[in-house]
This record gives sequence, C-alpha cells and structure tokens, in this order.
Amino acid sequence: MNTAASRERILGRVRRALADVPHDELPEGHPVARDYLSTHGQHTPIESVDLLARNLTDYRALVHRSDEAGLPVLLSRLLAARGARRVVVPTGLPDRWLAEAPVDIVTDSASAALSPGELDAIDSVVTGCALAIAETGTVVLDAGPDQGRRSISLVPDHHLCVVRIADQVVDSVPQALLRLAPDRPLTWISGPSATSDIELDRVEGVHGPRTLEVILVAGDPRPTSAYPFDVRS
Amino acid sequence: MSSGRKGRHVGSATGPSDQADGGSLGRPHSATYLGMPAFPQAAAVSTRDSRLRSNLRHATHTIRAKRAQAVAELADWDRLRSAGAAIKDRTLRHLDHYLVQLEESVTRAGGRVHWAADAAEANRIVTELVRATGETEVVKVKSMTTQEIGLNEALERAGIHAYETDLAELIVQLGDDLPSHILVPAIHRNRGEIRDIFRDRMANWGRPAPEGLSDRSADLAEAARLHLREKFLRAKVGVSGANFMVAETGTLVIVESEGNGRMCLTLPETLISVVGIEKVVPTWRDLEVFLQTLPRSSTAERMNPYTSMWTGTTDGDGPRFFHLVLLDNGRTDTLADQVGRQALRCIRCSACLNVCPVYERAGGHAYGSPYPGPIGAILTPQLRGLASPLEESLPYASSLCGACFEVCPVAIDIPEVLVHLRERVVEGGVVTLRGTRTVIKPARRHRAERAMMRAARWTFDHPGALRHGQRLLSRTRGLLPGRLPGPGRAWTDTRELPDVPAESFRDWWARTRGDAT
Repeated sequence: MNTAASRERILGRVRRALADVPHDELPEGHPVARDYLSTHGQHTPIESVDLLARNLTDYRALVHRSDEAGLPVLLSRLLAARGARRVVVPTGLPDRWLAEAPVDIVTDSASAALSPGELDAIDSVVTGCALAIAETGTVVLDAGPDQGRRSISLVPDHHLCVVRIADQVVDSVPQALLRLAPDRPLTWISGPSATSDIELDRVEGVHGPRTLEVILVAGDPRPTSAYPFDVRS
Repeated sequence: MSSGRKGRHVGSATGPSDQADGGSLGRPHSATYLGMPAFPQAAAVSTRDSRLRSNLRHATHTIRAKRAQAVAELADWDRLRSAGAAIKDRTLRHLDHYLVQLEESVTRAGGRVHWAADAAEANRIVTELVRATGETEVVKVKSMTTQEIGLNEALERAGIHAYETDLAELIVQLGDDLPSHILVPAIHRNRGEIRDIFRDRMANWGRPAPEGLSDRSADLAEAARLHLREKFLRAKVGVSGANFMVAETGTLVIVESEGNGRMCLTLPETLISVVGIEKVVPTWRDLEVFLQTLPRSSTAERMNPYTSMWTGTTDGDGPRFFHLVLLDNGRTDTLADQVGRQALRCIRCSACLNVCPVYERAGGHAYGSPYPGPIGAILTPQLRGLASPLEESLPYASSLCGACFEVCPVAIDIPEVLVHLRERVVEGGVVTLRGTRTVIKPARRHRAERAMMRAARWTFDHPGALRHGQRLLSRTRGLLPGRLPGPGRAWTDTRELPDVPAESFRDWWARTRGDAT
C-alpha cells in the first residue's frame, strides 16, 4: 500500500508545528548534558563480579561459580538436578562444556532450526552470553555463535547461561551499550521471567524460562586460548 | 476537581466496565472508550467503589515506596533526568529530521516503514498487512498505542482475532474490560476476580483454565502460561508497539517482564510494530539514559526482566518480515503547542500515576483513555483536541500538587501543562487540530464563569457597589441556601458555601479603627 501521501502530510505537520524552532538550529544544536555517571561507584574486578552475583540473586536468578576446568562437571550436575533429558545448544557452544552431561544434546542452527513446537519439548538450554552488567544484574545475549537464535533461550523452561568473568563483566548500562552491536538482535535478561500483574504480587515465571541459572566462570572456558585479556576499563 | 458538569455527557454513567457486551462469535469484544463520561461523573462512580479504592491504594503505595528506593540507588538521578528531558527535546525540536533518518535506517536493515496520519489509517494498514499473510489471528505485546487506535476492534471487524498476551492485558481482554493503569492494566482487579474471569472466560478464547483453579498468584500465572503457550507456538503474525526507536541505527526496543514480548517478537514470521512518532531517539548512546531511568521509574527495578532490541530483520533468527507503522494521530497537533509539547517526552513509566492523590482515589477508568493519571490528563486532551466534555474536564482532574512532576523521569511539568490547558478550556484560542490551525471557543460551561469573573472585576473597581453588596449579604445571611442556584450549582456540588459573616471586614475595620473608606 502507498502511504507516501501520509508521509508527506505528517512531515509537513511536523515542520509547521516547529515554526518556533530557529531555522539554523541543527539537530545536535539543542544541548544534551552528559554529566551523569558512567558507573556508580568504583569497583575492582572482583567487586564487580560480586555485585553482579548479588544483583542476579536479588532478582531470583540462581548463581553458581566455577573455574574453567570445573565447568563441565557443574553443568552436568545442574542439568541432572533439574532432571533435564533433552538440552538444546547453539552451534558455537564448546563441545567440552556438556561432555560430562548424560543428556541428549540437540544442536540448533539457522539451517537446522527447531520449530517452536520442537523447542517446547526441550527441557533446558545452555548458552554463553555477550556480556553481563553488574549494576543491574543483567546478562545480554547477542545471538553470537555460543548463544544462537533468540527462540532457543526463550521457549525451554530452564536456561543455563555461562558468563566469562575475565572479559564479559561490565559495571554499568552505559559501558554495556558501548560494547554491544546494534545490528544484532539483543536480549537483555535480568532474572527469570516475572510478573507483578496480580495485586503487585511478584511471581517468577510466566512465559520465558522460569528458572535462570547463571554460571560465573573464572579463566577462559573456550577451546582456543587467544584470551584472556581484560577489556574492562 | 472543579468540574461538576451535569447533564451534558451522552455516555453511560454506570461506569466503563459495563459498556461492552458479547460479540457475534460468542467471543467477547473489547470494551471501548467511545462515549465515556466526563471525569467528574466517572470519578463519582469509581470513588464509591471501596474495593477498587483499596486495590488501588495498596498497589500505588507499594510501588511508590519501591520506586523511591530504586531511584535513591543512583547518585546521578537528577542528571539522568535532565539528560532524558534534553534528549527528548532535541528529538522533538527536529522530529522531521529524525523520522526521515529512522525510516532510512529501518529500511536499510530490511524493514518496511508505513506512515499513518490517524487511527483509521493505522488500522487499515495493519489489517491489510495481516490479510496479506493469509492469517486470521495475531498475538499482541502490550501496547498502549494500539489501544489508542482501537486496533483489536478494527481487526475483529475484519475477521482477525487479536490475542493480548501480557498477563494483565489478558485479564482485561477476557473480562471485557478496559485497562486502568499504564504498567499494571488490571490493577483494579483482585485475585479472586481474576480467578473467576479465567475460570469463566478462558474456554471461549482457547485452552480452558485448569480444573479447580485457585486464586494464588502463582496458579493464576501458570494458567495464563498454559493458555497462551499454544497461541505463541502457532502464531504467524505478531503485533507490538515499542518503547524506543533509534534513528541512527533503526533499532526498536521493548522492555517487559513476562517474556510474552520476546515470544511475540521472536516466534512469528511477520512482525508489525505500531509506534507513535514521538518514540524516536536520535542515537544508540541515548538508550543509556532511558534504560536506567525507565525500569526504576516503572517497576522500581534496577532492570526489568527482559529487554528486546531488534534492527530490521536478521537471517535465520526471528521474523522474516518486519513492518513499522509510524503513527501521528494527534501527536503533531500536540507538538504545535509550545507549552503542551513536553507531554511528548513521556516514556510511559507510570510513576506519575502511582504518586497522584487523584488517580489513587478515582482509578484509571475515569480518565476515559488508555492514558490514565496525570500524564493522561495532559495527553488525552492534546491528542484528541478538546473534543468533548471528557477532554475538557481532564485538565481539572488534578489538585496541582506537583508530585507527578517531581517523579517524572523526563521532567514533564505536568502542572504547568494542566494550567495551560485549563486556560485553553476557559478562554478558547488557537489550537492545531489534525494539522490545521483552528480557533476554538471557550467551553460552554465556562461562559458563566467568565461572566462572573467580569462581574467581579467591575465590583472590585466600584467600592461603593461592593460595600452595599456585602451589607446586603450580611443582613440576609440567614436566608442563604447551602447550595448555589442556577449555573453556580455545579460549583457547590463539591464544595461547602462559605459562611457569610455578620459584619464585613471593611465595616469591622471602619467601626474599630474609626475611619471608613
């Protein structure tokens, strides 16, 4: 359909409505003072990770810590505790992570994508993340190879998300936005799905995963050891 | 509230929840805002509903305290607030520039942009887009914009069923009801009522409520999860609004809690987002302000559980087709008002509702639009124009206490705009209506008020007349009625007439100080 006429009508109305704005004022000419803080408080890397863990826990995520070597055992234990049998993973998840887990692993990719109905029959999903934000207790997924399509971390009821302490924890929202790529689909996750719609009584778990477990891993759990370098500032 | 307006409205005075009835398919139609009574009539009904008042009081006070705590965590709150206001002002002052930039960015990223001058056009565009997919149902993310334009009703008329998927919106939709709060639209319902609605109505819409459903919040949420999951899994078309649109990147942002938003934005093949033109922000970096101020102002959380950001379409991930419908529907008229345009900064957080003494007592339905509370009192009359007694009464739905301004994360001076709009109601003047500059007359009820003010001015300019009038009043004070007759009656609907003293101040002064004026 052709909405070109409405486009011109709306833009014309906007321009007439703004007759009071000086013609030579550039869009950036209206000042925006960015004197707010880039982080709230100074944290050492260890303090930032502690803050992240505290804030995640505060919003009912389950937080675990591990080193690189212990990750496969921990993941195996968490999946067993949950009774998970079928686990979906993205193509870029290191094989080693689930090497110890006695589960059926289903790999999802854009070319071999599980349908929503198939995902609904999956018990758990294991992903990495793009970064985590300490001040808000948030993990951010950007559909990278170790995170996969957005739907795999949405439909299953149990999400295990691995965060590399060395290079994936930032302090604040402004720092996070600097590192994220807008052209990727982004999902910011702060605790499990929740609602306060009934008498403002908070209930964890409506449509997204009702259980979110975040594993904070020291060292570099990836197979290639081109890291770790600390990119936090 | 001074608007005791009697006998002019044409709508039902029995309260909004009675206004809709069952539809032709045995499927409830949503209630509508058409023919809503003016604020005082609606509030007179709602303030007598003690259960509503108690639900509202509990909810608003709880969240008010939590918000204050969440805000106090950020030492730079005032600076974030100023920056948020400045970013929105920058956007509004150059809205044409940013809209064109946004259109380019979204198109480059694989989306299609449509422009809708009004509600009818937006509904037509969405209906045709859904029809083109061959589907007859859509799943919806909570969106005030689509309520504003009556999209669900328009789709229903075209044989397309729109399913609300936010828990509170589901409660509202199943209950043939209207939302009453920006953040928690079913705030007027308690858990017992919600249980009854689920038990009685879910089967008409899909999967019935589980047998023996209790009124525990967790059980009710579980019932909603099961009921909606089958809809999410088969949905081919999703409809949403958006919290922000980034001009430089073409990114849209939705903040939510339940995951229904993620479902609607991720699983369908086609996504249609209907967004008001004022929701654009210039740059990616600007999000760093609003993603800090919105969650803390809204749900009083450091961050809401889920925020989705998408830029056009992504191969192999999420919808293959993305349509953005940019909606005017009165926003450019609002923009034309140099005082009133600040209302377009609003990021729909609902903090102003939760602190408002009038909202707490009157409830959301009395505001007669999807935008209740203080922000609704300045937004609705501007978006619609002063079109009926409802819109004329809204600027008076306030005690001007200023609490709304204090909590607003984009520093909208709501009292300033309220007073400005009151002046417009009483004095008339030049406004922009659907893009055309128009002179409106003073509201009819206010002509008597204006005549009285003119008479008062004359009296004060003529001290002799004032003195004689006061003496006459004193001598006849035993005969004065408790309520004013004629046009003054409305004023005394909500007020006691002051007692007339036996002696006027002037006479007392002259008698005791000995020197008459």
